[in-house]
Amino acid sequence: MPAHDVLIIGAGLAGQRAALAAASEGATVGVLSKVHPVRSHSVAAAGGINAALNPEDSWESHAYDTVKGSDFLGDQDAIEIMCREAPNELLHLEHIGVTFARNDSGHLGTRAFGGASAARTYYVADITGQAILHVLYEQLMKHHEQLDRYEEWFVTTLLRGDDGECVGCVARDIRHGNLEIFRAKNVILASGGAGQCFKPTTNALICTGDGIAQAYQIGAPLMDMEMIQYNPTTLAENGFLITEGARGEGAHLYNAAGERFMEKYAPNKLELASRDVVSRAEQTEINEGRGFPDGTIALDITKVPRKRVLEALREIVNIGRDFAGVDITREPIHIRPGCHYIMGGVKTDVDGRTPIEGLYAAGEVACVSVHGGNRLGANSLLDTLIFGRRSGEHAAHRARSIPLPEIPDSVLDDEQRKLDALVRRERTGRRVSEIREELGTTMNKYVAVFREDEGLNTALEVVKRLQEEAKTAYIDDQGKVFNQDVLAAIEMEYMLDCAECIVVAAEHRKESRGAQFRTDFPERNDAEWLKHIDLTRNGAGPKISYSEVTITKWQPEERKY
Amino acid sequence: MPEYTLRLRRYDPESGEAAYWEDHTVELEGHRSVLEGILKVKADEDGSIGIRCSCRAAICGSCGVRINGKPGLACHTHLEAAAKHGAGTGWNPPDEGQATPIIEVEPMGNMPVVKDLIVDMDAVHWKKVRRVTPWLINKEPIPEREYIVPHENMVDVTQTMACIQCGACVSDCLSMEVDPGFIGPAALAKAYRFVGDPRDAQQKERLVDLSEDPHGIYDCTHCFNCIDACPKGVAPMSQIMRLRRVASADYEIEDRNNGYRHEHAFVDNIRKNGLLHEADLLPDSYGGKFHPRAAPELISSLPVITKALVRRKVTPTGALLHKHRKEYKGLREYFDTIEKHEKRYELNLYISGYEDDAEGAETAPEVGVAGSSGQPSAPGADPHKSDPSEGGGV
Ligand SMILES: Cc1cc2nc3c(=O)[nH]c(=O)nc-3n(C[C@H](O)[C@H](O)[C@H](O)COP(=O)(O)OP(=O)(O)OC[C@H]3O[C@@H](n4cnc5c(N)ncnc54)[C@H](O)[C@@H]3O)c2cc1C
Ligand code: SF4
Ligand code: SF4
Ligand code: FES
Repeated sequence: MPAHDVLIIGAGLAGQRAALAAASEGATVGVLSKVHPVRSHSVAAAGGINAALNPEDSWESHAYDTVKGSDFLGDQDAIEIMCREAPNELLHLEHIGVTFARNDSGHLGTRAFGGASAARTYYVADITGQAILHVLYEQLMKHHEQLDRYEEWFVTTLLRGDDGECVGCVARDIRHGNLEIFRAKNVILASGGAGQCFKPTTNALICTGDGIAQAYQIGAPLMDMEMIQYNPTTLAENGFLITEGARGEGAHLYNAAGERFMEKYAPNKLELASRDVVSRAEQTEINEGRGFPDGTIALDITKVPRKRVLEALREIVNIGRDFAGVDITREPIHIRPGCHYIMGGVKTDVDGRTPIEGLYAAGEVACVSVHGGNRLGANSLLDTLIFGRRSGEHAAHRARSIPLPEIPDSVLDDEQRKLDALVRRERTGRRVSEIREELGTTMNKYVAVFREDEGLNTALEVVKRLQEEAKTAYIDDQGKVFNQDVLAAIEMEYMLDCAECIVVAAEHRKESRGAQFRTDFPERNDAEWLKHIDLTRNGAGPKISYSEVTITKWQPEERKY
Repeated sequence: MPEYTLRLRRYDPESGEAAYWEDHTVELEGHRSVLEGILKVKADEDGSIGIRCSCRAAICGSCGVRINGKPGLACHTHLEAAAKHGAGTGWNPPDEGQATPIIEVEPMGNMPVVKDLIVDMDAVHWKKVRRVTPWLINKEPIPEREYIVPHENMVDVTQTMACIQCGACVSDCLSMEVDPGFIGPAALAKAYRFVGDPRDAQQKERLVDLSEDPHGIYDCTHCFNCIDACPKGVAPMSQIMRLRRVASADYEIEDRNNGYRHEHAFVDNIRKNGLLHEADLLPDSYGGKFHPRAAPELISSLPVITKALVRRKVTPTGALLHKHRKEYKGLREYFDTIEKHEKRYELNLYISGYEDDAEGAETAPEVGVAGSSGQPSAPGADPHKSDPSEGGGV
């Protein structure tokens, strides 16, 4: 039975950063990931990472932009920590080898990003996430003596001890099909987002909300679940992202009549207003008949010098060419808003602690909350790193004063029985893949940029029905080695839990704020709704409660871009 | 909607039976990827088909496979392109009476198969990556703020940073087939990422290490397969050439395995002929056809050549007739520029892609893969663009 001071579930940026931090504090560390670490979805982050590193910039300005971007739902104490610590984190990344772009003097160079009052986004061409993720993995290899990697292990459940504290997890070795108990003094969830609840989405196939659902199932509260970010620039057919970096480099948006419509919606920031604003503007144009016949808007990068595009946006050039058949350096590409990021997640404090002793969460799975109602571009990588590191350090310290927990073997038998039952189900129900398809299209129809009561209720009904159907859904693969089928069935249950929480919270919040726009309650209502919605599992469904938004320096004001 | 037959290589390690082929028919638009085709089959017909995948967008590096005998990413190969190649090119003719084009998908080579299309990357690929000390060894003192380095330098190593560790290049590396100990294209490209990084303190030690290892930088036979296979334009062979160039020119590191001359002959050969003229290459690298050492060395290299011929990696006509021939002049200029180029950012698409005007951007990458079938920025889009009967299969 493997045992560690700090066990980290997930090896994206948050997980790897947490692992390195815990190891450098002297803890023994295990990192589990259902895919090889460099396949984690952080690899897809293209645009960059924010930090107020320039002497002319300030963390206060970064923090204010973040607060404003969040539509004042972000907790300002957490935002302050993130923005203050950003410059040092960025320099740390530079020192361990990330190949950040430079300016003419050889110093770190920046690009502009949405919702920001200064160009403070640091980048590596348009493979920033990939570059950071691979460099962190280099460090994991370097520190292999202190860090055990469990690559291609799938966590199926979190475990709680007699006093309710988190004591480890059960995981399946995907390669061989056996289950193991992992004992740990602390568990850090870093298992990423839940974008696959929607279809299409910019998220990878593995972003199935596992950690959010696992924490929820053992009683940890979730927060801000209604806040789903639709990114303004995704491809209609498959949801692939065209990074905001494109607009940062100077690309414009046009409707079918050739109007640069952002002049109407955000006269100052135009295309670089925050994402919820731009997505709503686009969707309004499309809904009112000014989009293209396929329900899209044009993104025009041809204004940007070709050589700059080839150097700084090469990945986007490739995506345009390979997945849309468009040479973006020569013609506009058609895009529309698409599901991209979940601001909500497992509720934590600024050290990543959840209300369950010994359980931490960091990265997209968590909700600190630094993003509130709407995340700014390039703030997510920062969030994963800052709170990944803080959780890792905190957990390592906590490990010093407590013993390793004991876990009875019987836990394993229970888990094994559940899995066996799943594998041997009769082929009478629906296919898991059908349920996944129906969930995704339903969510994308009713829980998207514009929401209203009736649609949300329809979505909730569908989700509840699918939850029932999932209980009898069958799979084909009976084997042990790389049985991806059985994992997909488990992921399906996680997605349904996440979807239920998203819909319930969206229905409950009767106002419009950040990414949540209710056509039946189109105004922000600070008097009643300047608060977080917390969801805790209560038998069949989530129980709703509220928590305060922490306000330190910046009082809520009307948001204009 | 067009129909395609996906002929998948199945292998179930638990069944005790050998691998076999299995056909599935999918209906999908031609610009959809082979991965989407496989996932459709998996969703609708048989969930037990094993393939790693995650991002669907050629960025996570999970879905390396061989499609119609050529390594690449399933998510980065259009059905239409794959089918065109499958049907009627002589490589993969449709079966008698088969109505729809056949796309053959099998696991990558040079690595043990775990199940169906899934190979053991750790046992081969990652082990080799770990071999090259794959982390930055900082130049001291570490500055309080960032290291000051020229932008070009960062862009330069970004080409190798662009590697997604998919293993496609490893799959068909000729040297590795003959010498499984060869460190290989991806890991050596990773090594350049540090050798080319001015923040690294041990460039010389790294180069000495990789030169002295008989499976190191001089063990590559310049078969171009890795350049051809790479979906991200990393051009591993070019990175290996650069490692050798830096080793010999900047650090005067001797090649114990005769590769340096091999390489010079190779470069001259390309300059002269505009292509890798395999027939000339080996004798040239041992001092010309009549050099006394040429004969034994030629014989010792025979396994590589015969293997290449047998697997049709190198066709005699392919070596002689090449589609890029009409571009000789540009090519020669390109090499001349490289040699003059102070910092030797040769063959780097991140640099060459924008150095000149729009036109330069178009021709440069084409040259960068002299002898391969597409632009390095686009090989996955249509990896089978070149007609192998023309000899593009070098
Ligand atoms: C296309 C795209 C572009 C983006 N661009 C940017 C950008 O430019 N700037 C920015 O700041 N943000 C960007 N984002 C957002 C950002 O990339 C993500 O929010 C962030 O990378 C999430 O990191 P993470 O470490 O929390 O999770 P991930 O990187 O998603 O990692 C999750 C990890 O958990 C593991 N895991 C999950 N479930 C299990 C399980 N059951 N068992 C075991 N392991 C499990 C996975 O294997 C994986 O290792 C982008 C997102 C997308 C989709
Ligand atoms: S060029 Fe060299 S490294 Fe590349 S595939 Fe051929 S032998 Fe291997
Ligand atoms: S060099 Fe190219 S083909 Fe090889 S592993 Fe890297 S990305 Fe894949
Ligand atoms: S699925 Fe990520 S590279 Fe193909």
